[in-house]
Parts: sequence; structure tokens; C-alpha cells
Amino acid sequence: MSDVSPLRSNRATGSIARWGRRPETGLSALLFVIVTAGWEIIVRLLDVSSLVISPPSAIALALWGNLGSARFYYHAGITLWEILAGFVIGSLVGLVIGIAIGQWKILEKTVYPYVVALQTVPKVAIAPMIIIWFGYGLASKIVITALIVFFPVVVNCIAGMEAASTQQIEMLMSFTASRWQIFRMVKLQTALPYIFAGLDVAIVLAVIGAIVGEFIGSQAGLGNLLLQKNFSMDTAGSFAILIVLSVMGIVLHKLMTALKRRVVFWMEPEATIATEAT
Amino acid sequence: MISVTGLNKTYATRAGAPVFALSDVNLEIAQGEFVTVVGPSGCGKTTLLKILAGILQKSSGSILVNGTPIERPTRQLGVVFQEALLLPWRNVLQNIMVPVEIQGLDRSTFEASARQLLRLVGLSGFEQKYPRELSGGMQQRVGIARALVHDPDFLLMDEPFGALDAMTREQMNLELLDIWAQKRKTVLLITHSIAEAVFLADRIVVMSPRPGRIVDIIDVDLPRPRDLDMINSDAFGTYVRRVRGHFGSRGMDA
Repeated sequence: MSDVSPLRSNRATGSIARWGRRPETGLSALLFVIVTAGWEIIVRLLDVSSLVISPPSAIALALWGNLGSARFYYHAGITLWEILAGFVIGSLVGLVIGIAIGQWKILEKTVYPYVVALQTVPKVAIAPMIIIWFGYGLASKIVITALIVFFPVVVNCIAGMEAASTQQIEMLMSFTASRWQIFRMVKLQTALPYIFAGLDVAIVLAVIGAIVGEFIGSQAGLGNLLLQKNFSMDTAGSFAILIVLSVMGIVLHKLMTALKRRVVFWMEPEATIATEAT
Repeated sequence: MISVTGLNKTYATRAGAPVFALSDVNLEIAQGEFVTVVGPSGCGKTTLLKILAGILQKSSGSILVNGTPIERPTRQLGVVFQEALLLPWRNVLQNIMVPVEIQGLDRSTFEASARQLLRLVGLSGFEQKYPRELSGGMQQRVGIARALVHDPDFLLMDEPFGALDAMTREQMNLELLDIWAQKRKTVLLITHSIAEAVFLADRIVVMSPRPGRIVDIIDVDLPRPRDLDMINSDAFGTYVRRVRGHFGSRGMDA
């Protein structure tokens, strides 16, 4: 990329130019500072009990303490493992079922209604039974997470495969393509942006799934730790864990977005349009 | 050669009365011939091409390609569509290789011919570009190369230059004639431009709508190779008037 567009060269002229072009980043940081400072001041001025709500400084201290303790990493590791395993299993099953329904119309009439029926059952309501079936260990949390993750992936997969262009499919057919080749060459690629949208929703839901599972019955994990902090009225400690969970969710979401950019590279309108050569 | 006898296509409609898209179409196309089909929209010319390509079922009649009946797509045909229909996730070379992959042909042999075709359509060096980096004319050139890569006997073209501007279109017409002269394919090209139909053809098939049928077949006796100056010649004008006569007399928008 030898040609530097005017927009690109502006970016290099310094932070003032950047502020001018992207004021929202600065404003967003400013908002955070104002809210945090306001929170701190109000809690201190009104002398609110730390059992009700802790000042940000106490939460920061609790967070700092957590980050220095091996026990905390053990709990975080367990929750992260539940999230990832549940996410991978749930999305794989979702992909397989979504692709199958997208490929064979008959399945949309026969299997899909049951998928929807399963989705209408609140996962939180069946979580206690899942704990009974799969025990207090990791397995039950992974199952609950997978159940929550599964649906958005299925729905988006089906929608994506249906979005495939009839004209592109006819083009492949004219070159004698089989059903399977049409899937491999057009339907899957058309579905990918949709699938990634589903996975993005799913990874955030996975965090919720793991915590719900741990709340209902567990021996370890951040959800378990959060319950302990709640019982001991450690509000600052609870908030510190919530922050860690939130960061986990954000990082996973960002990773998913980055992966999407790499896989669905043709959706990026970055490239310059070549001019007619004639 | 392609021979079409008594071809009919009717569409069932919700209202009940069937629509006759094609009615008793008879057509013989000889090996190496360049035939254009011209007619107003709704005359069934795209329907005809889709049936020939095997992606649409006929209602009755017979189509023989080199003596064998056509019921489904065959490897003897290469199709160029109204839009280039390149796959945006494949680069130019990978797009041209689509028929080769579908038909399970030897990749290295046909990659060489893909590169050769790319040179023929004037896009050498564009192998690794993606469709979004190409102009409309360049995309359709890739579409033509893709239709030729598996070395079919017949090239079916459905208004291939309809989406291009007039200047690019004339240029593409000249290039297409060059390709045809070099590759010796039998071409059936559908167009709604009378001038394009006359300029390219050995024979012009004139179609008329409701029901879609052939109203005239005109042999074009203009010398080859053709150039753009011919468009202003009297002989060219005579052919154009003859084609237009069919539409003017019926008061249709050609």
C-alpha cells in the first residue's frame, strides 16, 4: 500500500488531529472519570454503609487484592474453562444443526420446531435439573452454557444459508455443481457473516450461562466466589468480581470480532477500486 | 451443434391461467456459429438460455446438443450471465477455476489455461485481485474467462454487457469477437441491443413476447473481422432496420 490517502496521513499528524476526528473516545473516558468520581464523592459525603455500596476506591483495592491471589486465578480459570468449553460445544452443535436445516428443507419443518421449543424453555428454570443430572462439577456448567449458546448460532446459520444469492447458485449449477459443491462454494461463505454475528451473541451469553450454572450449584468458579462474597456482605469484593467478569466478556467479544475480520475478509470495503484498463 | 425443436415453456400462475414464456421455438445452431438472440423484455430470451443451460426445465419439445438431449447442465456449455457473478471471497484466478473445481478436472493443467485466458481477456497480473477491486468491465472479462476455462464447445451469454456503459460495451464486443475468432466456440448471445445483435452475429434470431416466439431469423453477411466503423455502413443500417421493423410494427419497446 504505497498510496497514502489524505485521511491516513492526517492520522499521523498527532493526537490533536485524532481528537478532532474521534472525539467519542475522549468523551467516553471523560464520562467514566465523572461517574467514578461522582460515585466516590457521593458515597463518602453521604457516608453510605459499605454493606450497601462501596466506593470505587474500595472496589479497586479489592480488585488489586484479587489479582495478587492464586486462589482467585484458580476460580477465574474454572469459570473461563466453563465458558469456553460450553461455547465451543454449543456452537459446534448449533453449526451442525443449522447447516443441516439450511441444506435439507425437510428438517426445517421437522426438526426446527423442536429447536424453537427447546429455546422457549428458560435455561435458568432447567438449570437445577441439569445440576442433578451432571453433578456439581464442571460438566453441568458446560451443559448449561452450551444450551444457552446453541440457539443464536442455529438461527443465524439458517438465516445465512437462506441469504445465498440465487444467481450465484444458478451460475454454479450451470457448471454442473452438486448440492454439496453449492454448499461449499456459496452457501457457507454467504452464511459466515451471519454465523459470526450469532457467535458474537453466543460468546457473551456463554459468560452468563457459566455464572448461572455456578449460582445454582457449584464448588468453585467466579460465580461461586461471588456468592461467597455476597453472603459475607463483601460488596467491594462482589463488585471486583463483576468487573473481572465484564472484562472477560469484553475480551472474548473483541477476540470474536477480530476473528470475524480475518475469516470474512471480503466484507471489508478497504481496498481501492481499480480503474477500467481500456 | 445445438438443435431446438418445438420448445415450449409455460409457467403456472396463481391466477390459474398459465403464462406462455416460450411457444414453439425451433432453432439450429451450427458448429462455430455466432448467433445472437434479440427481443424486448418479456420475450422469453433469458428463459430460452436458462433451458439451454439446463438450469430451467422445459415444458415440452426437444433440445439436442451434439446429438444428446439436454435435461440438466452439461460440461459442454459455458455460461456468461448478465452480471459477472464472481464470488467475492475468491480472487480472480480462483474465480476462473470454479468450473474446473466443480468438474474435478486436473488443477495444474487447467490453471495454465486459466492464466492463458486471463491474458486473452487482457487481465494478466490480476490473478490475485479480488472482485471488489475490479471495475464492471473487468469483472465481466473474468466471467467470460470462467465460462471458457473448462474448454466447452458452446458459450451461452445472457446479456453479458447489459450492465456496462456504452463505450466499455463496444470495446467488449470487439474483444469478444477476437476471443471467438481464436477459440472457435459456438456462441449464443442474448441481447436487447439491436446494434449489438447485428454487430456480433452470423445469424440474428428475433423474438417477440406474449407468447415468446421466434419471428425472424436473419443471416448477417457483413465481412469479418468486424470493426466499429462498420456500424455506420449502409449494409449495417439495413440489418438494423430489418430487426427494428419487427418491433416498430407491433409498437413494442425494443
